Amino acid sequence: MKVRVEVTRRPEIADPQGTTIKRALQDLGHADVSEVRVNSVFYLEIDDADHDAVRSNVENMCRQLLANPVLEDFDIELLP
Amino acid sequence: MTTAVVVFPGTNCEHDVVSAITGLGGSARLVWHRETDLEGYDSVILPGGFAHGDALRTGAIARFSPIMGPVARFADEGMPVVGICNGFQVLCEAGLLPGALIANRDLSFICRYVDVEITDTATVLTNNGEPGQRLRIPLNSYEGNWVSPDGEGRVVVRYADDPNGSTDRAAAVANAAGNVVGIMPHPERATDPLLGSTDGEVFLRSFLSSLVPA
Repeated sequence: MKVRVEVTRRPEIADPQGTTIKRALQDLGHADVSEVRVNSVFYLEIDDADHDAVRSNVENMCRQLLANPVLEDFDIELLP
Repeated sequence: MTTAVVVFPGTNCEHDVVSAITGLGGSARLVWHRETDLEGYDSVILPGGFAHGDALRTGAIARFSPIMGPVARFADEGMPVVGICNGFQVLCEAGLLPGALIANRDLSFICRYVDVEITDTATVLTNNGEPGQRLRIPLNSYEGNWVSPDGEGRVVVRYADDPNGSTDRAAAVANAAGNVVGIMPHPERATDPLLGSTDGEVFLRSFLSSLVPA
């Protein structure tokens, strides 16, 4: 089963990369860009067809490694 | 009394740390991250570099290295545990220090001497200093911007200016007990007049004087 995990930095934490990209877009004339945030997306291939088990396993992976709980939240999507 | 200087794949400041510690009369030996105990050691330094290539996040993979179990036990038992630069990032990822280190505010890799000020002398890395003492040591990092969303953490050394956006201008942060300290600039690279400064000795002498004879 394919799983998509998006790890997002919480809104109250600075995102220097997003800020720099926003400035670059504004410099290119896109004056209407008011915010850019950069997230990470992971695509996992899991050898298990049990949706609940896969979701629970991937949640563990996020808490252990993929996301830093101090800074980040995560969102898990099981793909068809 | 021997300090374990932990080497992860990608660590690159380990010899500088051993040289600085031994130059000040201490004893230090390299310990590979795959080791599972710290028998015979009384303190730990996690040196700078790019552990596991900084894959995913700085320190994210290193915190699972086998040696980190004994390092966490040392931290719990009140033994001196210091992380320098990448080692600071590893200690935060491991939850042995509060907060996390993110990219510098201006997205620049900063490599220059910075002035820092000791603000708290009740730690294993600052006990030989004076409150308010100004020192000049090199900063060499991209993810040196310390954030602590829930406000935890003792800032024990501050940048005189604000090079990277770090919360409270934190250059070094300690746990509540003061035995675990992470410092972003490099004291070990300021221990010889040839290097332009010997101010780093204040930190390393503090570290050595905090070791209890076995």
